[in-house]
Amino acid sequence: MLSLLMAIIRYRGFISGAVKRDFQARYRTSMLGAVWLVIQPLAMITVYTLIFAEVMKSKLPGVAGQYSYSIYICSGLLLWGFFAEICGKGSSLFIDNANLLKKVSFPRITLPVILVLTSLINFAIIFGLFLIFLVLIGDFRFMQLLLMVPVVLTTLALAAGLTMVLAVLNVFFRDIGQLFTIVLQFWFWFTPIVYPLQIIPQWARGVVEMNPMAITVGSMHDIFVNNQAPQWIPLLNVSLVGFLLMILGLYLFRRHSGDMVDEL
Amino acid sequence: MSDILTLRNLGKSYKQYPSKFSRLIEWVFPFLGIRHTKKWVIRNISFDIKKGETIGIVGVNGAGKSTLLKIITGTTQPSEGEVVCNGRIAALLELGMGFHPDFTGRQNVYMAGQLLGLNTDTISALMNEILSFADIGEYVDMPTRVYSSGMQVRLAFSIATAVRPDILIVDEALSVGDVAFQAKCFRRINDFKEHGTTILFVTHALDDIVKHCHRAILLDAGSIAMSGEPRAVVNEFRDRMFGKSKKIESSSSTNITTTADDEWQLSRQDLFHTKPLYQKIEHRWGTRAAEITDFIIKSKDESYPSTLNGSEEIEIKFRCVFHEAIKSPIFGLLLKTPDGISLYGASSRELMPDSIGSVDAGSVVDFTFKLKMHFNTGPILLSIGLTHIDELGNDEPLDRRYDAIMINIDNKKKFIGLVDAETECVIEVEK
Repeated sequence: MLSLLMAIIRYRGFISGAVKRDFQARYRTSMLGAVWLVIQPLAMITVYTLIFAEVMKSKLPGVAGQYSYSIYICSGLLLWGFFAEICGKGSSLFIDNANLLKKVSFPRITLPVILVLTSLINFAIIFGLFLIFLVLIGDFRFMQLLLMVPVVLTTLALAAGLTMVLAVLNVFFRDIGQLFTIVLQFWFWFTPIVYPLQIIPQWARGVVEMNPMAITVGSMHDIFVNNQAPQWIPLLNVSLVGFLLMILGLYLFRRHSGDMVDEL
Repeated sequence: MSDILTLRNLGKSYKQYPSKFSRLIEWVFPFLGIRHTKKWVIRNISFDIKKGETIGIVGVNGAGKSTLLKIITGTTQPSEGEVVCNGRIAALLELGMGFHPDFTGRQNVYMAGQLLGLNTDTISALMNEILSFADIGEYVDMPTRVYSSGMQVRLAFSIATAVRPDILIVDEALSVGDVAFQAKCFRRINDFKEHGTTILFVTHALDDIVKHCHRAILLDAGSIAMSGEPRAVVNEFRDRMFGKSKKIESSSSTNITTTADDEWQLSRQDLFHTKPLYQKIEHRWGTRAAEITDFIIKSKDESYPSTLNGSEEIEIKFRCVFHEAIKSPIFGLLLKTPDGISLYGASSRELMPDSIGSVDAGSVVDFTFKLKMHFNTGPILLSIGLTHIDELGNDEPLDRRYDAIMINIDNKKKFIGLVDAETECVIEVEK
């Protein structure tokens, strides 16, 4: 454990360089550059708002301002995007970097660290825009920013834990990567992001409440839509799940990292 | 001098599963027992390398050289045993692999440097040195995707050797790049050597091993077959690769003379491919109405000599078994370099016309060529063939065995070119 931390510290130059290059690489060859970083989620939010706002408006609890559905969808969707980016790329993390892993000797633990940092910065940029929007419509409170930190960290723990487990397993069982993209689709619609929890029939609520992402997304809704503190106990449980996954992932990683290069 | 690198009982195996699902079963139900079989690539490798030594590793393709180097550099983990290394390793393997095609050379220098564990300030300080050594001019600020492969290797070499490592691992990869740059690389490697860097290098250029190494290690089928004085190891390797040569015993004892005579006994069964010096790369073709089934090569004091000194005469005798009656068979011989240049070729048609008329079906003919092997250092591939002229007057090959035998020449005389013209000099000065 300590040696992993030491490796991360020793290779901090590589990590920060790789994060920087990841952003440069994505937008270097396009003319609009970093603008695409914003356009993509903006387009998605517009689509969801246009389609669902009309359908859902009457059903949103405590219908307040004209932007309430937009706030509802943004706060949830951006957090989901953060989660999905880490897990989606994470499940094929070692496979995508096969060339590097096979040819160069460096601490492999830096790869998930780079992924998490990149996604975190991405999330910060997009969420920053959302916050500007909140300020403009006069719906922003500083307290919200403080309250969302544990929610984001919990999501991060969950995503990182899942990534470690999936990334290792996927090297040995490639079906996992294929399966997980499908699972992620179902998971998205199984989480109250574009629709409110209330429209789910009573008997299915219990199942949804077992979904850790429903809890973190729900916390975002509590903070930004209902202007209240999230429920801490369920959130704590989710972060516990995240840590357990991380321990499992690290165990798998340490046990199989020797065989991993042979399979790539 | 202290040991800088110690390998103890090193082994690497790959797991082979009988089916795709057996791995899953093994992972999910470990108590059901192990389902994989282990395929050992290298095993029981132990050696110590002292600081400042230069070690050469030789072995045929697949002997496990690359796997061994990969374990030492750390890209592959050993399955058993351990590597203890007291210093920084730089590996000149797979040069330029880490380059990102969309980034400029300069950015890639940072990236590759960081991968080596250098920090940004160090890289910035070394940047000028790296770029001037790579000598890629204005390409520095262009994306590496427009680089030629030579430029990529040059840049990668400069980065990998920007800081003097304690151990340098050099693979044959270095043969890329032009001659001038190669010379520059070797100068730098020599410079490292003088400053105490330990060098581990793998090559098929056996002369380089003898010239540069303190010690050589011969890998065969994944284990150390021999380790020690470079010349002895290289000779052992040649013997293994080209087939073992047998010393001809002196004929003082009658008993041994008979054995020597036995060696001239050629087989009617096709034992050609079992003989020393035989090359599996052979290209064999013809109607096989008659077949070449066996051969022997003798020099003055050896049969099947793997190495000749370039001033010797050899005899090549081969047996032809005729399955059909052949009107006038022609026996041929061709000597080539591995890159396909013909050194010498001749056949019985020119050398001894009307020697043999027609041959009956079922008869056996042994044919011997005696020739002087006055060539320069390097391997020579021998082809032998049996042809005849068919009814239409065309050559029809019966059994041609191209590149079937390899002999190595190690000529002490220094001259340019392939053939020793045995020049003599006369100088006359007028008073």
